[in-house]
Amino acid sequence: MKLGIVVLEGPYQHEASDTAYNFTVAALEKGHEVFRVFFYHDGVNNATRLMVPPQDDRHIQKRWSELAEKHNLDLVVCVAAAQRRGILDEDEMKRHGKDANNIAPGFRISGLGQLIEAGIQCDRLVFFGD
Amino acid sequence: MSDVKKFLYVNRKAPHGTIYALESLEVVLIGAAFEQDVALAFLDDGVFQLVKGWDTSELGAKNFQPAYTALGDYDVQKVYVERESLEERGLSEDDLIEMTYEDEDDDFAEKSSIRIVSREEMAKIMADADVILSF
Amino acid sequence: MALLHTVNKSPYERNTLESCLNHVQEGDTVLLIEDGVYAVIKGGRAADVLASVKGVKIAALSADLKARGITADKMIDGVEVVDYGGFVDLVTSNDKVQAWL
Repeated sequence: MKLGIVVLEGPYQHEASDTAYNFTVAALEKGHEVFRVFFYHDGVNNATRLMVPPQDDRHIQKRWSELAEKHNLDLVVCVAAAQRRGILDEDEMKRHGKDANNIAPGFRISGLGQLIEAGIQCDRLVFFGD
Repeated sequence: MSDVKKFLYVNRKAPHGTIYALESLEVVLIGAAFEQDVALAFLDDGVFQLVKGWDTSELGAKNFQPAYTALGDYDVQKVYVERESLEERGLSEDDLIEMTYEDEDDDFAEKSSIRIVSREEMAKIMADADVILSF
Repeated sequence: MALLHTVNKSPYERNTLESCLNHVQEGDTVLLIEDGVYAVIKGGRAADVLASVKGVKIAALSADLKARGITADKMIDGVEVVDYGGFVDLVTSNDKVQAWL
């Protein structure tokens, strides 16, 4: 089946990000197609490569990035939500005259239309949030 | 299945305490361009999103209430508000903002988008949707 | 058109579970995840409510039960324990998902 996954909460603050990740791994293991993981609200904070968690804890961003690489996942960060919270890629950095960007490998910034498209294309859409 | 899916946005959170209401509304506005069958559901604290008379000036945050009234221009015609959720919170339909759309099948007559429904009807509306966007 | 409902709030902090149960229909499934799993503890007020629900399957996520020290002997009867793979199966075997956030 084709699944879409929506993450509405940030890393470490809320378990939603962990649940979404574990769900995604299980769905892939079962042979389902994960059409897209869409990060919205504070969920966009999962995409910063600048997080430095303690070494004995999980690295939530790296975990997503590695999963994306392994399974060619489409990790999409909502541009409007990302701009509010300071998640930028190189294009956004230049456009807004900022001195840095922080998006992690495997994530891409795009519009809310990507969420609607996931709703149209996927057999199931699953939300994880607060 | 036809190309048009029934999208139901379920709003259960109050407007200013978290960003859920505002960013959910932004999805609805963008989603309107995709020509799907769109309906909005307001239940639990979500009904507070439609209570009129916001003044966010002292809070220092944007007042996004006008965007709800503009939804009719985005062809959003079905706004379901749960009666029990209103009553439990001491509210009635009179406390809500006006939301209207122009009915193109009725000489563009201006009609209210708000439909007050019972809890039981709300459960059926959820069961009837193809895609539920939960905020 | 069966629905999978996910509930992730403790019933002792929010009314999410109550609201969910007010909207379930026969044949639906309620999956308790995250702090939602606290509802299954025997003797708790929420567990009594859960036990009274008819015609609806109640499930709880094993990772969240284990993380919170909720072992099988502390749970009310009639709750199916599923792992993340079981969560995926519930998503695909129901027609859609409503997350009671």
